[in-house]
Amino acid sequence: MTLQGSLQIVLVVAILLLLAIPLGNYLYRVFTGKTVWFEGGFAAVERGLYRLVGVNPSVEMDWKAYLKALLMVNFVMALFAYLIFRTMGRLPLNPDHIPSMSWPLAFNTAASFVSNTDWQNYAGESQMTILGQMVAITFLQFTSVVTGLVAAVAFLRGMTNRKSPNIGNFWVDFIRSITRLFLPLSFLLAIVFVGLGLPQTLDGAVTVHALGGGAQTISRGPVASLEAIKQLGTNGGGYFNANSAHPYEDPSALTTVLEIIAMGLIPTALVATFGKFIGNRRQAVVLYVFLAAMLLGGAFFVYGAEVAGNPLLHHLLGIGGPNMEGKEVRFGLPLTGLFTAATTAFTTGAVNAMHDSLTPLGGMLPLVFMLLNMVFGGVGVGLLNILMFLLITVFIAGLMVGRTPEIFGKKIEVREVKLATISMLVHPFLILGATAVAVAVPAGLAALGNPGLHGFTEVLYAYSSAAANNGSAFAGLAGNTLFYNLTIGMVILLGRYVSIIAMFAIAGSLAIKPVTPAGLGTLRTDTFTFGGVFVAVVLVVSALTFFPVLAIGPVAEHLQMVAGKLLP
Amino acid sequence: MTNLLRSLRLTLVLVVILGLVYPLVVTGFGRLLFPSQANGSLVRFGGRIVGSRLIAQAVNVPGLFHPRPSAVKYAGNGSGGSNLGPTNPALFREVGSNLAAADLPPGTKLSAVPPDMVESSASGLDPDITPANARLQIPRIARSTGLSRRWLWRLVLREETGPFLGLWGQPMVNVWRLNLALLRKSGG
Repeated sequence: MTLQGSLQIVLVVAILLLLAIPLGNYLYRVFTGKTVWFEGGFAAVERGLYRLVGVNPSVEMDWKAYLKALLMVNFVMALFAYLIFRTMGRLPLNPDHIPSMSWPLAFNTAASFVSNTDWQNYAGESQMTILGQMVAITFLQFTSVVTGLVAAVAFLRGMTNRKSPNIGNFWVDFIRSITRLFLPLSFLLAIVFVGLGLPQTLDGAVTVHALGGGAQTISRGPVASLEAIKQLGTNGGGYFNANSAHPYEDPSALTTVLEIIAMGLIPTALVATFGKFIGNRRQAVVLYVFLAAMLLGGAFFVYGAEVAGNPLLHHLLGIGGPNMEGKEVRFGLPLTGLFTAATTAFTTGAVNAMHDSLTPLGGMLPLVFMLLNMVFGGVGVGLLNILMFLLITVFIAGLMVGRTPEIFGKKIEVREVKLATISMLVHPFLILGATAVAVAVPAGLAALGNPGLHGFTEVLYAYSSAAANNGSAFAGLAGNTLFYNLTIGMVILLGRYVSIIAMFAIAGSLAIKPVTPAGLGTLRTDTFTFGGVFVAVVLVVSALTFFPVLAIGPVAEHLQMVAGKLLP
Repeated sequence: MTNLLRSLRLTLVLVVILGLVYPLVVTGFGRLLFPSQANGSLVRFGGRIVGSRLIAQAVNVPGLFHPRPSAVKYAGNGSGGSNLGPTNPALFREVGSNLAAADLPPGTKLSAVPPDMVESSASGLDPDITPANARLQIPRIARSTGLSRRWLWRLVLREETGPFLGLWGQPMVNVWRLNLALLRKSGG
């Protein structure tokens, strides 16, 4: 680790925070109906869209109506994508003659992309047509992130309402998120990406006469337009199999910096939006300090582990230096470490190195970030997880110091704590349950790409990625089997929607409560002491839940590696 | 029922805007502003397209610089890494055979071998190598082509690119640039 390497990491995070905070204020204006720059243009486009979709923008919805619309839209969009995947082989824009998907793979892919997970049991260049990349993948990368965003916005409205059950209009929020945020930002970023070397063409692969004789077939397509929303929308599902490690998706150190900033931009901005909603800047500042520290700590942890390298290689073959297996030269180790931490903090799931080939500790960090699932998190759902843990922290801290648990002026009662607990427990239940089943049945074990403890970590990583709606993988696991397509698809759907439903129910019950002004008996949540307790609660709850599996997987493999043993 | 109808209409409208119009408009602008990049940064040599500046290619001759090892045999239509874990015996077989294939100058200390020379890249298509990797290949290329080591050394130095803004990334050399310079020198 060098000073210059550390600066690379710190500066990217600093730029990210500088951009995100003003964007958070802008988002607050968008979702509270205040006029913004270019208001007339946006409003005209939106009026047209409301008419096309058939919605009355002045109608207000309570939490149940909002949630029903959200779930229905998600269902219809997933079904649409499923049908595209099943028929795309016979549809236009298929210059490379790629076949349609089997039903288990199409189910897995549709579930994965509608839920902002972007787990990929297919390889883009050989199993997805250009039409599929555009009307199914790129399309869902917009709508899945918008779903997460509006869920968080609706929750914030419920939390700050003064005795009104209404939390906004789903259709209006959905359309505004696209017109005022994701479409303009993605368009700009996509053009910049083309300038920096990402292909953008409807022609398929090109076959060239290689310099050293023979031929090379090079896959191409509309990569830049997908890449922009893939990162901005914390999606992570790449155009190519190698994802952001592919030189066409991420051709330089500059593009990887832009991709890191793009994936962090909106989750980071939403913390400021949250502060604006509750009218408490300090609360946002406290969260920024602790969450940014966790992100930075994670990046340095991976950077350090990969610089230290693999002592077994030195021991057996005499090769020293950093671990370069599964990495690209142009990024260097600091940006690889930051990308790895950021992609799991923001639950993007894009990778610029193969996580399966990271050192045991370097690979444990992304796993831990997915298990915590609250280091900023994905767009919207990340904020929801943070709020869920805040509720639980307030409850626990309130019990400890003997004060009435209340958050932002609203009393927290049995119903809210029960729902928050459900939302919290779904995550470990899905991960540990599915991992236990997979390592106990032959269909689960047959897909392992690595033997020994590392194989166990591959399975644990897969279900953690699915439950956290992350999408990155220890890609040695051959996931395109009936067993993994179905189980991963189910874990993805439950991980996404159970917690969203529980959080909506909390929003509904908080919405109708009166706001009591803070008094002497109020536990203040906007202090650094409370921030410390918040992080401690998250870490203790997660450590108690996940320590055993981490000990069997990456921790034991690390000990095995430093002991100089190949097989346990 | 209203929800279902609205969901269908929203899906249809957004598929057109986000799935068709958006990528097509980006394609139009890309072709207009950055035609070479939009097409995949293809490289022409001797009147025909020989590859992409961004995509590594198999080099089987000793007289050219070799890119990093590829777990997918440099398949431009099938990217990927080895995905071998750090304690997998197969990793050590792979690195060992890459080491044997590297054709190092006699007397090279193993500890001086840069890891990027013997460990597979993430995409299998990494077009860049570290300067140390390039310099270790100079004796082999000099022997095979008759070019002076001094000239090759200067070539590597000339083609080396530093980090972006002196900060992000690391010093490296693009194998395409090295090899095209070599071919031009030897008259193609």
